[in-house]
Amino acid sequence: MGDDDVGLVERLRDGDEGAFRVLVERYQGQLLRLAASLVTSRAVAEEVVQETWLGVVRGIEGFEGRASVRTWLFRILVNRARSAGAREYRSIPLDLGHEPAVPPGRFSPKGTWASPPVTWTDDADERLTAKALAGRIGHLLHRLPDAQRQVFLLRDVEGLPATEVGDLLGVSDGNQRVLLHRARSSMRGMLEREMGRV
Amino acid sequence: MLFRRRRALVCRQAVELMSDYVDGALAARDRARLEAHLAGCPHCTEYLAQIREVIAAAGRVEPDDLPPQALDDLVALYRRWSQG
Repeated sequence: MGDDDVGLVERLRDGDEGAFRVLVERYQGQLLRLAASLVTSRAVAEEVVQETWLGVVRGIEGFEGRASVRTWLFRILVNRARSAGAREYRSIPLDLGHEPAVPPGRFSPKGTWASPPVTWTDDADERLTAKALAGRIGHLLHRLPDAQRQVFLLRDVEGLPATEVGDLLGVSDGNQRVLLHRARSSMRGMLEREMGRV
Repeated sequence: MLFRRRRALVCRQAVELMSDYVDGALAARDRARLEAHLAGCPHCTEYLAQIREVIAAAGRVEPDDLPPQALDDLVALYRRWSQG
């Protein structure tokens, strides 16, 4: 049994403290980031993550190997966040209303670009690298509205498939697509504004 | 031809389809309309490239580093939990 996720969980079942330490090192950052998107304060997020680890150690939610360890941890965390209380939990609204991807003022009355998107560049590169953009996105994440941030975080940052995100957040396929679309559009718009070009 | 022209997308509509397009979630007809629009619109082509860059870069966002003290605190809790 090695340091792969399933091996670590098996070692943890046998009371191996070293396995716990490795799992915490591997996942604490991701769990805290997700928790912070689900509840209203950093302090509650930290409590939720701590309760998640407690749930793991006490085996309240048994790991059956059907999902990845990461998805299993996320599921425990989302359940803990929900039980933190309706006051603290940032639930996704059912009615998302209408919100354009790009402010209407950027288009002419005919619907063509009046103020078109400008190529992202910095002094060093022709185009910003994915690494440079990643740093900026990490800083801007907290500015996305709650529901958009939850979906964007799980789909595009963590890379979970749509079906798992739907299960975790209890959001319909249609609403998930709308929220992901808005989040990506908002992030693009924030990056554009941050670069001072618009 | 008139019918086809009337159904052509304008940029304001095209940007609303980009996310589903990237995910392969558009119906065939909408995909064809968007691709026809993109073929003649460098601004929407740039917009699409930026959406793709956002997605690619998002997958590289690292979580904050865990302070050593936080790890030690959790391991101390683990000892209490496993005894309790």
